Parts: sequence; C-alpha cells; structure tokens
Amino acid sequence: MSGKEYRTITDVKGPLVFLNKTEPVAFGEIVTLRLTDGSIKNGQVLDTSDDMVVVQVFEGTAGIDRKTGIRFMGDVFRLPVSKDLIGRILTGAGKPRDGGPEIIGESNADIIGAAINPYSRESPEEFIQTGISAIDCCTTLVRGQKLPIFSASGLPHNDIALQIARQAKLLDSDEQFIVVFCAMGITAEEYNYFRHDLERTGALENAVLFVNLADDPAVERLITPRLALTAAEFLAFEHDYHVLVIYTDMTNYCDSLRQIGAAREEVPGRRGYPGYMYTDLAMLYERAGIVKGKKGSITQFPILTMPGDDITHPIPDLSGYITEGQIVISRELHQKGIYPPINVLPSLSRLMNAGIGDGKTREDHKSVSDQLYAAYAQGRELRGLVAIVGEDALNERDRQLLKFSDIFEDTYLRQNRDEDRSITQTLEMAWDILTNIDTKYLVRLDQKWIDKYHPTDKK
Amino acid sequence: MSDKGSIYRISGPVVTVTGIDAKMYDIVRVGDEGLMGEVIELHGEKAVIQVYEDTSGVRPGEPVINTGETLSVALGPGLLTQIYDGIQRPLKVLEEKMGVFITRGVDADGIEMDKIWEFKPSVAVGDEVSSGQVIGTVQETETIEHRVMVPPGKGGVVKEIKGGEFNVTEIICTLEDGSELAMLQRWPVRSPRPFVQKYAPDTPLVTGQRILDFLFPLAKGGTAGIPGPFGSGKTVTQQQLAKWSDAQIVVYIGCGERGNEMTEVLTEFPELIDPNTGKPLMNRTVMIANTSNMPVAAREASVYTGVTIAEYFRDMGYDVALMADSTSRWAEAMREISSRLEEMPGEEGYPAYLSSRLAEFYERAGRVETLGGADGSISIIGAVSPPGGDISEPVSQGTLRIVKVFWGLDAGLARQRHFPSIDWLSSYSLYPTALDQWYRENVAPDFPDVRTKISSLLQVESELQEIVQLVGSDALPIDQQLTLEVARMIREYFLQQNAFHEVDTYSNLDLQYKMAAAILSFQDNAKLAIEAGAMLEDVVNVPARTDLLRGRFEENYGERIESLVTKMNKQIASAVEAED
Repeated sequence: MSGKEYRTITDVKGPLVFLNKTEPVAFGEIVTLRLTDGSIKNGQVLDTSDDMVVVQVFEGTAGIDRKTGIRFMGDVFRLPVSKDLIGRILTGAGKPRDGGPEIIGESNADIIGAAINPYSRESPEEFIQTGISAIDCCTTLVRGQKLPIFSASGLPHNDIALQIARQAKLLDSDEQFIVVFCAMGITAEEYNYFRHDLERTGALENAVLFVNLADDPAVERLITPRLALTAAEFLAFEHDYHVLVIYTDMTNYCDSLRQIGAAREEVPGRRGYPGYMYTDLAMLYERAGIVKGKKGSITQFPILTMPGDDITHPIPDLSGYITEGQIVISRELHQKGIYPPINVLPSLSRLMNAGIGDGKTREDHKSVSDQLYAAYAQGRELRGLVAIVGEDALNERDRQLLKFSDIFEDTYLRQNRDEDRSITQTLEMAWDILTNIDTKYLVRLDQKWIDKYHPTDKK
Repeated sequence: MSDKGSIYRISGPVVTVTGIDAKMYDIVRVGDEGLMGEVIELHGEKAVIQVYEDTSGVRPGEPVINTGETLSVALGPGLLTQIYDGIQRPLKVLEEKMGVFITRGVDADGIEMDKIWEFKPSVAVGDEVSSGQVIGTVQETETIEHRVMVPPGKGGVVKEIKGGEFNVTEIICTLEDGSELAMLQRWPVRSPRPFVQKYAPDTPLVTGQRILDFLFPLAKGGTAGIPGPFGSGKTVTQQQLAKWSDAQIVVYIGCGERGNEMTEVLTEFPELIDPNTGKPLMNRTVMIANTSNMPVAAREASVYTGVTIAEYFRDMGYDVALMADSTSRWAEAMREISSRLEEMPGEEGYPAYLSSRLAEFYERAGRVETLGGADGSISIIGAVSPPGGDISEPVSQGTLRIVKVFWGLDAGLARQRHFPSIDWLSSYSLYPTALDQWYRENVAPDFPDVRTKISSLLQVESELQEIVQLVGSDALPIDQQLTLEVARMIREYFLQQNAFHEVDTYSNLDLQYKMAAAILSFQDNAKLAIEAGAMLEDVVNVPARTDLLRGRFEENYGERIESLVTKMNKQIASAVEAED
C-alpha cells in the first residue's frame, strides 16, 4: 500500500491538501508528504471519496506544491508505547526532543483511543490529598477524575498545577503519580518553568512530556493531547500506574480546531468554533477514569485560560459540561495577593461526595464544606451591600458573616507554594475560622458534629 | 440497483454510498466490518448514511448491505435492569464481547433471546383478542409484572395459547388467522406506538423533592424542562427524580454525558431502596448510556430508543417517567450530522427542523388510554444545557415552547450551595389547577392555600430585598423584618434539600405539608408576639425553633414535627413575658 507515491495535488488551502485520483484511501489514514526539497511532512486523511481526498498536514503546508509526493501509509495514526516513555521528553508529534533514542514500542497504539464502556468503569472514590485547603475541603479531587483549572492570562495557574503535581497523594499509601505533561502552544518560557520545576523536585524521572510550543505547527496540537493520553492509558491500564495528566493550554488546542474547521469551510458554531467541539473535547476528557479489572487510573488536570476572564466563552463552557467540576482562579483574589487565588464559589468537584466522609477523609467533611461555602457566599454578597449602606446598617449575623469572609480568604485560602496541609489540618482550620460565627447561625452543620468538633461549643 | 452498494465517500460519521436500493431510515451494514448505519438522505443514485460506530480505517469501495429494516428496538421481558448504548446494545454484553473499551462491528441483541421466563396466560382458546390486549404475564423483576401484549396491528380469535416456561422467541399464542405471537416484539424507534386517546393529567408525579412537589409539581403524563448552566445540579436533580419519583417504571437516558456519572448511577441504583415498594430501585429501571465520547449518531438515536421502550411499558398500563440528560447533547448530535450533510443551518448552526424534532419528542409523553383499554402514562423530564447558562438559545427556547413545567436552575444559588438550585421566582408549573383536587383529597384540604401563601411570601421577599439592597435590613419596619426571617426560613429549611443526606433526600407529601404549615405557624405566632411587644431577635432565636430546623435531618421527623412546633410556639409566647 505504501508503495505508490501520488503527485495529484489539486489544491492547498491553509493546513489542508486536496488531491484526486488515488487508490481507495481509508478515513483517518496517515500520509507522508515528500516535498521537492526532500523534506518530509506528515498528515492525516479527513475526508475520502472515489474522486478526492482531503489531507490535514500536521507541520503546516509551507513549501508544498503540486510536485509534492504523497504516500498513504495504510494505517491510522499510532504511537509506539513502552514503559521506556517514562522520563522522556517528546515533541508534539511524539518524536524524541531530549536527544534520546527513538521509542521502541511494546506495541503501537491507535491514538484516537476507544470509548470506555460505561458499564466497565469503576466509580472514582479515592480521595487525593493535594495539600491545598481550598481544593481538599471544598472541591475535593478523587482518583480517576477530570478536574480542569479555569484560569486567565496573568494568573498563577501553572504554580497551582505544579503544586498539585508535587503534593498529590493518597492518604494510605506512598504511591507516586506518574505525571504525563502535555504542552499545547505554550511559550518556551512557560515550558522551561514546568521542566525546571519537575527537574528540581526530581519528578521528571517519573514524568513523560509531550511538548508542542507556540512556534510549533498549530495543527500538530490536535494530535499532541491524543499522544499524551495514549501514553497515559498504556501506563495506567497495561502497567498499573496511577497517572496524572496535566495539559495546558486547552484554549490553544481549541483555536487549532477552529483553524481546521475554517479551512474546511465548515458551518461554524458559537464564536467560530466548530459545532463538533463538544464531542471532540469529550474524546479527550473522557479518557480519564478507572476501569474494572485494571489497577491503574487516569486523573486529568486540563488547564485553560478563559479569553477575557469569561466563563461563558465556548471553551470553558463546553469543558465544564464534560469535566467533573472545575477549579476557578480569580483575578480579584490574585490582586489581593492571595495565593492560591482559588474562588471556591464557582469551583466545584462533582465526584467530591464519593470521596469524602467517614473512612475516607472525616465524617464531618461534607457538613463543614457546605457551611464554609454558605457563610463565605453570604459574606461576599454583604460586601456589596456594605459599600452602599455602611457596616452600621447590618445586623449582628450579617456583621459576623462579613468578617468571616475576610478571615476565610486571609487565613484559609492563603497558603505557601510549598505548604502541604493534611486533610485533618484543613478541617481543623475550618472549624477554627467558623468560631467567628455564632453557632446558632451555623445551620448547615449537623448538631452532632458541633457537639463533637466545635472548638468552643463541643460537649 | 440492489440491496448491495459500495462506499463512495467517508467524512467522519457520514458515509455516501452508490448503487444501493434504499428507503429513508433503512438500516445498513457498512464496510468490511459491517458497521451499523442508517440512511438519512437520498440523492439520485447515492444514499447518505449516518454510521453509529467510528469510521476510521474504512475505505471507498468497501461494500454496504441494506438490511431493509428500520432502526427498531426489541421489546419483551428482560428490558428492566438493563443498561444499553444508544442503539439498544446491552453494555454488559459489549463488555463480554470486546472488553472494557468499546470497539466496533459487534452486534448484540437488545434482550436475552435464550433466557427462560415463566409465562402465565390470561386469555383462553376461543377468546377474541385485539391489538395491545394483554394475553399473559411474566414476573420480570420482584416488583414488576411484565404484561405480554398482542402487537399493534394484530388481533383475532385465539386458536392456541400455552403457559409455562419459554424464551422470548418461542410461540406462545396462535390466532385463528394463523398469526403466531411470541413474547418478543419489535418496534421502529422513530414512530410513536399507537394508543386510543390522550387524557388530561390529574395526578401528580410525586418526587419527594420539596420545591418540585410543593411549588412546581409535574403531573403524571406531563412534560418538564430543566435548563441550567454546568454545575447547577441538573444531573443530580434528574437522578433524584429517577430515584424517588413514584412512577412504576423509570427510563433514564444519559445522552452525551459523562461516563463516570453513568457508572455512579449503575453502582448506586442496585443498592437504593424504592420508598414505595421497599425493593431495589434497579428493578423498575431501564438505562440508556451513550456518553459524550461514544459515536455521535448513536447519541442522536438514543433518545428515540429510550422513549420507545417507555411507550412499551406505558402500553402495559404503567406510569413511566423518562429522564433525558441532556437534550442539548441530542440537539448537538443533530447539528453535527446536519452540518456534515451540508444542510442550510438555522439558528446557531442547528438544523431548521430542531424545534419540530423537540416537539415530536415531548409529544410522546402523555396520559393515555392504551389499545388494551388500560390507563398508562409517560412523563418526560428533559435536562437542557444552554451554553453559558443563557436560555435564549434555540434548544432552551424550543423546549420551553412545549413543556408545561419549567424548573430553572440558577448558577448563583448553586454557588451558595443552595440545592436544589431551582430559582423559585422564574420557575413555573402549569399543572397546579389540574392537580389541586387531588391534593385536597389526598394530603390536606387546605394544601393549595398553604402553597399560595408560601409562594407569595417568596415574592414579597424579593421585593423587600430590593429595598434592603439600598437601605439595609435594620431600616425596615419590624413586620417586614419578620417577613424576611420567614422567607429565609422557607429558603433554608424548606426549599433547600440535601440530596446526599440519607433522611433529607426524600420527603413525602405529608411531611412537606407539615413543614410548610410549621413555617406559617411560626409566622403567625411570631407576629402576635411582636405585636405584644417581644423583640424580633428573641422570637427568632428561641431554642425550639433551631431544634425544629435541624430536626429535618433526623429519622421520624414527620412524627415529631408537630410537637416541635407546639414547643416553639410556647417559647415564642414566653418571649413576650420576658419583655414584660
């Protein structure tokens, strides 16, 4: 099949090459293009018929002309997978970037991946302690979850992701996570920051990096996360590792998707993004989880920057509908000098309830977290009111809530970049700050927890 | 032209075929692997097919075979407790055949063809039977009796009928005209099953969720839409309905949603006990799970598969509740297919037929007289996921034009962890007038009046809040401050309900009524006390009131609530004396 080379290109448009009169070419088939200067590019079939084939070129179409030769490789895109991937740095197309040898695969895995049968999944319910109170108490992460960080330009999302990668652990084991890091269109500076931090903490030895930088071809970005997830699946489901996949920045990925859509003259959806973006993102995010009969797991931490801090922008919006919650980074808290500036109110972990409580974290966890939320939400709302009517117009309850919201931000949210709080510390601190509110106003707390845990009112 | 053609073009899930003789919506087998697809457009000698499985690796020139059948589901004993993909393949069977990842080209029967059931005939030789009439029963699960019916379009005099152990394909009944009936029947999913007539709904679907049952009730046979942004609790609300609503059969369609969520339902339901029967909830449930990363064309079909199964149980005379989470994903699947077909788009890229498809789907709900003369119903509750939470978009608007109940979820409430985060000011139900008679007879004669008082208090609160925003609550006259306290009590004590708390997760109608009455009783007594000179602060903070509020998390609250109210009222009265 790969014997024949075609020189039947009719059109080149953006990242797409159109050619005719070929043998039957499979949908999704991989092609190589040999340019007149001898260089090689790779692509994939997006549309195929008896008359015409459309190829998407990963490395960009610069230099392609009608004399460019195209070979069809007779197969879909595959990544050679092996345990040797651990500790390696690869390009966005899966080639070595660290000067090391080519990966010799135990097998070659289709990078599109197949959907996990929902019947074959195990419910994620093992608490992961990140050491960050805002996450552990209020948006608890569990193993096998996909929990994105919704951030915006100029905010310390990378620090938070790295802190999580460093500190994440299960309560009853020392098992380390394997980190699969996938960079999509980030700057060399950001990439170096990640790499140095992983090197500094020794985590690089337990990591696989797939790197597509801002000056690498945009179309390549569409396969980079798929390579990363294919590697993650192999390590998790063939070699029993617990894998933490961090990918940044999903916004660049989506922009590449839009670029291809525009080049194909598809009917655009909201803000020019293709109508199938939900399905496309789902095919990445849904590759998190735990499956029956396998020991390993995949936990995902996608990072995305919300254009214009707008959470209703299609990228965070569609992501939020697929992922199991979100951690929202707030510019307001950041400007107040609070790290980590996590706004817990719009943040959410959907799998939290399965991972907390008696035998997992502590029996009062759910009540405490609900109470913190409710009190902080009301306190914040009162700030707006105080700006108009002044603090004197508030009744006693409201004054306490208002004060509480400041204490919550200042002592509870705020922690150092290397501060690793245990879940017990996190919950004790929560009870401590709740003493600033009269017990009779703490309606979210069961009486039995007040009796048992309240620092001053316990019996 | 023949029933066999060859592939001309492949573009994602859309495949064009030449040389095939096909009718619209025929099911075809595509390529060497025999992937399942459906004819959705005809152009001259070309047929356009949507394929229900991934098409990577398929080439032009590969064969396509027309089965001549339309997309249909297998109906018979064995449906309950199953979990299917969008085209009724049992996920358990798929796991056995291809492991934990869903690959393709695998066929699986919708119900087990070899399983033996005990069939008890209910008609005798010589009886005249007609379409839809029950000819016998099978105890399908502990709680549900499966009623085997004459398929629509058939009927006559019974020539032979057998009782005993059979599988679903064995002939159990022969009619004089020679028709042979087995327990299994098939029905094309895109056509509604026939019935005699639709009735007006007159009974509520009791869900145990206070805000839903009390303020915005849904009738058996009614339709409801739940639009809300992500994180506002659509799925939890849908799952609460699937768990606690007093329907006899529940069909839950997870359409384009999260895999882990379906797993949660799968692990949780077999352990949950139905408050109405005392048996596991799974016994009455059929689940369709086509998660967001499963093929998009099968997602489009999943809604029809689900509603057809619901209609089949309705025809047996059962009350069926169908949850579709989320109809937006279904609409997006339509949009995706439509754009591959290069159809002229309507609003926001959705096909122009979006609203008529939505209407056709919801119209399959209703309380009907079945062909067999029984009374059955389907209530449809559709979640909607509007982009950015803005319900001015086409799917929300198309849904709101049809449904009679609107449960609007609000992100702001969700952020305060006020769950269920249903906005009491913008939500509505058009059923109360039809249902009030039922409430008066079955709960309390003044039930509708209590509801009116509660909802008008909430309305008054929202007006007062506007003033509070300007001047602060201390500036209000004392009776209005009391109103604010009462409204806060309604919100925090009555409307908020913890779905994850074993006691609070379900309140029966009697308890709901008592709780609402307790709030009004507090209001009346507090008013009297304040007029007699008590301080608002003292009245609100009587210890018995806190006990009343916290008590709802404890067992047997329904039995204790009245004595708690009496105690509270006594303490409120003594607050006056303390002043004196």
